[in-house]
Amino acid sequence: MLQDKDRVFTNLYGVHDPLLKGARSRGDWDNTAAILARGRDAIIDEMKKSGLRGRGGAGFPTGLKWSFMPKQSTLPGYLVVNADESEPGTCKDRDILRHDPHKLVEGCLVAGFAMGACAAYIYVRGEFYNEGRMLQAAVDEAYEAGLIGKNACGSGYDYDVYVHRGAGAYICGEETALIESLEGKKGMPRMKPPFPAGVGLYGCPSTVNNVESIAVAPTILRRGAEWFTSLGRPNNSGQKVFCISGHVNKPCNVEEELGVPMRELIERYAGGVRGGWDNLLAVIPGGASVPLIPKSVCDDVLMDFDSLRNVRSGLGTAAVIVMDKSTDLIKAIARLSKFYMHESCGQCTPCREGTGWMWRVMTRMVEGKANIDEIDTLEQVTKQVEGHTICALGDAAAWPIQGLIRHFRPVMEERINAYKARIASPSRMAAE
Amino acid sequence: MALAVSHQFEQPASFSFDAESEAELATLIARYPAGKQASAVIPGLYVVQHQMKRQTGSAWVPVKGMDVLAERLGMAPIRVYEVATFYYMFNMEPIGKYHLQVCTTTPCWLRGSDEIVEACRRETGIKGWKETSADGMFTMTEVECVGACVNAPILQVDDDYYEDLNAERVSALIAALRRGEKPPVGSTIGRQTSAPEGGPTTLLFAPEA
Repeated sequence: MLQDKDRVFTNLYGVHDPLLKGARSRGDWDNTAAILARGRDAIIDEMKKSGLRGRGGAGFPTGLKWSFMPKQSTLPGYLVVNADESEPGTCKDRDILRHDPHKLVEGCLVAGFAMGACAAYIYVRGEFYNEGRMLQAAVDEAYEAGLIGKNACGSGYDYDVYVHRGAGAYICGEETALIESLEGKKGMPRMKPPFPAGVGLYGCPSTVNNVESIAVAPTILRRGAEWFTSLGRPNNSGQKVFCISGHVNKPCNVEEELGVPMRELIERYAGGVRGGWDNLLAVIPGGASVPLIPKSVCDDVLMDFDSLRNVRSGLGTAAVIVMDKSTDLIKAIARLSKFYMHESCGQCTPCREGTGWMWRVMTRMVEGKANIDEIDTLEQVTKQVEGHTICALGDAAAWPIQGLIRHFRPVMEERINAYKARIASPSRMAAE
Repeated sequence: MALAVSHQFEQPASFSFDAESEAELATLIARYPAGKQASAVIPGLYVVQHQMKRQTGSAWVPVKGMDVLAERLGMAPIRVYEVATFYYMFNMEPIGKYHLQVCTTTPCWLRGSDEIVEACRRETGIKGWKETSADGMFTMTEVECVGACVNAPILQVDDDYYEDLNAERVSALIAALRRGEKPPVGSTIGRQTSAPEGGPTTLLFAPEA
């Protein structure tokens, strides 16, 4: 169990001053120049040793990602921070932006320096208007205090940080769509390769990182990789902000170690499942795009990348969506299908057509107005969308349905049979 | 996909940036490298939308506004049109004084967003999505996950989130807006932001004491 002394986001709930004075008292910007003085390679090495895996969903090692930036380039490099937090269930970056913005701004400097970038663009989702304003206030303060800009922190390094506001499109959370959007275009993902580290923003070397990955970096560098790996589990080191929503008594965000048992997370921090643990039906453990897991799995699963992958789900963004036994699961997943249909950028045919098709079939499944063998057809279609699109939105649309069929196929069949019985009986009566 | 109901409205014959917008634009364009000013198109569309709100009381983006922005950023008008229509936060036709944006994605739905939708409809008389009330006060839009799920259900009014809602508190909120009041944003049950109800159970030390 994580103790307060090991918590990174010490103003997670915004109880204290989010701006520079408060941030300094929490240890931010404390001799940042000394961190930079260690040099690019030492910083990246420390990050690699810490084992930090990207907090935006995919879990790619952050230090390794930074090391992909070219050491020698005639082009400027950019750090692009993904604050387009839109994965249903997820609201952790929001708290960092509005309550601990200096952790992010300092992280931008440290990460940007390590990868040889000249500037950071922080892409904040359009809906986070107030959060974006708080972040901008923090950036303005940091410029004024000489922490960023020319000769940042007196290090001799020039570094700019800009806040960019998006306008409501889930797809812009995909790194290349985000870059397109930042360039002033529709948010349509690019083919990879080339990867952003080679050809990214404005055709220059770029790295896209999640808010939480960047915001945690200065603390890792101050306290050391050993401290970070002492938290969590092997290959799943460190702490993480978890978002616990849905049918719990006290929904909340909380910072905990990776590998915390799901049951402990829900019962200790979120007041338990509504009606008690035995009233649990299923949990979506990592944001809308990971497959749900039934109670039997939730009983003893650990909340980390590898444990959740082993039960054919994922940690994703660590957004835990809890559903009790009153939930119409088919409807809950159908609503996610509608979400993906709405958010598909329309570029790839399997996703553009498939998300709409899946939603229409799921809508019939809610009512039970389908044939049993259509469940198989639906599953086959999800597999034809999955892996056949430029970006992962197609996969994200497929997985929730696959999870539903994998664990709750009998519920779907029962719904279909009930519908058939309902329409069959009046006609029989009419015939008699 | 739900089709927007077609309304009769007039596009203004012209549009030009006022002093406030000019100042904002200058700040925005300076954020991007020379020659990359097209990056300012999304922020620039907000400038247009906000100016319309100031001048007409309705936040929307007219065609002339897009044309003027395109010229300013050295873009073909079609590039601005396609951006404006790709993203969901630009209103391509006039809306009411207040924009009620109800999140109905699964985390909000699990916490009762159906009730929130119902209450909004009852209080405003609006029947469908993207419709404006007869008195021009409210436009209602169904939005996808707004990213505040531990405070569900959420109603976003213009740029502000009202959280932890139920039907009664939605009614009170809409009544207050009608009276020209702006209730405090955030949790409507007095929660400390995303902390559990009743107060934080972690971070109990006082780092600034």
